[in-house]
Amino acid sequence: MSTLAVHDHAVAHHDEAHEHHHKATFLNTYVFSQDHKMIAKQFLITGITMAFIGMALSLLFRIQLAYPDKAFPLLETLLGRFAPQGRISPDFYMSLVTIHGTIMVFFVLTAGLSGTFANLLIPLQIGARDMASPFVNMLSYWFFLTASVIMLSSFLVQKGPASGGWTIYPPLSALPKAMAGSGEGMTLWLISMVLFVASSLMGGINYISTVLNMRTKGMDLWKMPLTIWALFLTAILGVLAFPVLVAGVVLLIFDRSFGTSFYLSDIVLNGQVQPYEGGSPILFQHLFWFLGHPEVYIIIMPAMGISSEVLSVNSRKPIFGYHAMVYSLIGITVLSFIVWGHHMFVTGMNPFLGGVFMITTLIIAVPSAVKTFNWLATLWRGNIRFTPAMLFAIGMVSFFISGGLTGIFLGNAALDVNLHDTYFVVAHFHLVMGSAAIFGMLAGVYHWFPKMFRRMMDDKLGYLHFWLTFAGAYMVFFPMHFMGLDGVPRRYYAFTEFKGWEHWLTVNTFITWAAMLSGVAQLAFAYNFIHSIFWGKKAEQNPWNANTLEWTTPVEHLHGNWPGEIPTVYRWAYDYSKPGAEDDFIPQTVPFSQTMSSNLPHDFEDNPGGLEEYNKWTAAHKASEPVK
Amino acid sequence: MIMAQIQQEDRVNLGAKKFSMWIFIFTSFMFFAALTSGFIVYSGQKGHALDVKMPTTFIFSTIVILLSSVTLYMASTAAKKLEWEKQKFLLWVTFALGIVFLVLQIQAWYILTYKMGVYFVGPNASRTFIYVFTGMHLLHILAGLAVVLNAIKGTYGSVTQVKNLYKMEMTSIFWHFLDIIWIYLYVFLLLNQN
Repeated sequence: MSTLAVHDHAVAHHDEAHEHHHKATFLNTYVFSQDHKMIAKQFLITGITMAFIGMALSLLFRIQLAYPDKAFPLLETLLGRFAPQGRISPDFYMSLVTIHGTIMVFFVLTAGLSGTFANLLIPLQIGARDMASPFVNMLSYWFFLTASVIMLSSFLVQKGPASGGWTIYPPLSALPKAMAGSGEGMTLWLISMVLFVASSLMGGINYISTVLNMRTKGMDLWKMPLTIWALFLTAILGVLAFPVLVAGVVLLIFDRSFGTSFYLSDIVLNGQVQPYEGGSPILFQHLFWFLGHPEVYIIIMPAMGISSEVLSVNSRKPIFGYHAMVYSLIGITVLSFIVWGHHMFVTGMNPFLGGVFMITTLIIAVPSAVKTFNWLATLWRGNIRFTPAMLFAIGMVSFFISGGLTGIFLGNAALDVNLHDTYFVVAHFHLVMGSAAIFGMLAGVYHWFPKMFRRMMDDKLGYLHFWLTFAGAYMVFFPMHFMGLDGVPRRYYAFTEFKGWEHWLTVNTFITWAAMLSGVAQLAFAYNFIHSIFWGKKAEQNPWNANTLEWTTPVEHLHGNWPGEIPTVYRWAYDYSKPGAEDDFIPQTVPFSQTMSSNLPHDFEDNPGGLEEYNKWTAAHKASEPVK
Repeated sequence: MIMAQIQQEDRVNLGAKKFSMWIFIFTSFMFFAALTSGFIVYSGQKGHALDVKMPTTFIFSTIVILLSSVTLYMASTAAKKLEWEKQKFLLWVTFALGIVFLVLQIQAWYILTYKMGVYFVGPNASRTFIYVFTGMHLLHILAGLAVVLNAIKGTYGSVTQVKNLYKMEMTSIFWHFLDIIWIYLYVFLLLNQN
């Protein structure tokens, strides 16, 4: 029993010290912080840094595509042996494409997007003091940072980074001698990704557990903002899909380093017959795409959630079809696990099986279209405020439509015979999951910047950033559809050297200059972001007049988020411009008893007591109302 | 006193952490499901059958890990009845059985390799899969042993009963899961051994 007594003492002590848990030092506040808001900022800043690196890589290979015959001595100065005589070497070109894809898909749009906004918004919007396990949450960031550093360090090894494409198909990835990037670069890629998956799983487990266990009083699942629904379902996808990638990678590592033959068979390398027998590279594709396809929804769903929230707040209207939005997110989550075969239509797959995957793939168009319709219907006759966040959210919808439409073409097993591995695919996914997701992320950054950094970002620079990026992204990716229809294959070093494709050189030059323009536009963002952190206008508590819980916390950050008790939630998050209400927004923490004039019978669906009060009130008021 | 305990529990979110353990179990299950699916795809594509009769050592290791689950369950019951000495003893037994399981699995590898000529590296990767299944499971067993040790450590220090029970529950969830996964893998191998 003595232990209990000691423990009781500890509780008393704990209560006194609750406001400031530990002594705040630089190290535990900014570096090894366990506060979800700081971890969110760490994810964001690391993610943005990785995004700039990924973008720089893409500009490098765009230079090669636009000017395949021209030497740029500066490139040799910058890249050394990777660009002999000022021309990017073919091997390094492959590395650039590979690492650009890897960084953008995993480090920016998975960790940078989910990591930032799940960490920031889940506790703040559901009304929790922190994550279920703040320590694991911190570990998740440090694993991510380590993975990022290892991935980038592969630029420092003699033969350069991995270069078999971000999908690392064997046999290229399984045979260290197959090409320059299959050596140490590939090893570092694998180590980095294992750490990355560990980070993602730790984060995802925390997000799910927090959403399901730590919501404040009154916050039932159907009162959660769509951001939380999206981030929650994203975490479920990650938790189910990433272990499968690990399984595939484990077998790949055995093939690479231990001589097994899971993926390898009948291989002759440099005239030497290799001892591998009986393996199947298609097995890897199955394991990879079982993760890989859910992965694209891991990327887009947080962007969808953020855009839903931003569109509703800035249209000053309830989100159109809240329940349909949630059900379509759930539909996308479930369907995403049974469509991976559409990445493998031309691997010799049984056409009947291809047909099955084609049908499941095309069914995804239904929830996607529901969401798009609802976004547009939310905008319809809204009181729209064109804040930079709003513009980016609208941009997200635009890209999702124009990129999503080509998905219907690519999902067809028959059309895919022509279109697979061409620029048509490149155009499709850069619009639908690249640009759309990055616009969702930027919308989130502009919208929640005041919550994160207690200051506002500059609007004018935000508009400049938006318009240049929006126009730039379309100018880059739209022409690629036509190249793809002409059969131009992706990942080629200098396809304009082939007879019949020379005429695409001018288009390539145009795309490269458009990419440069978009790149320059990001400098406006970088300046705005960094400048505003230190010198931006001080933010108010609720700068956008939004309903969700995060805007009820004080501007000053404190560990535990709310100084006193956690507020109770009484209504959904989308009571904007409710007829009869005083303001055009009613925060979730306002009980119905305080808004009698704007209540509707619908508000009391499972609350008979409230409905009775409501009926009494309306009866009394109808009687006393003057005849108009 | 009990209120204080409940408050303490709320503050460190023991319930949410237990839930996290369940989700972790799901991720781990997905990992093994992926490996076994890999086996099915591999052996289905070119008709590489396993064609290995599983060594009898696996039967013994199955019995051992089942026993360890029983002793862990008894340890949990003891902990709930405040019989801490008994809990400590049974935890040590569980740990010892875990070690025996580990040794038996490695013994099985020895028999497979040296007595039966079923090698890790070879042209028939469905045989390699035996080693991958058991090896990946053993990695989990190592983690499981660490978790059991952590629970044992709790019985020596002055850990509160709430914390003690929490540790026991976390250990139980994880260890019983390892038990079930092994049975799944073993049955899977038995069904595919021809």
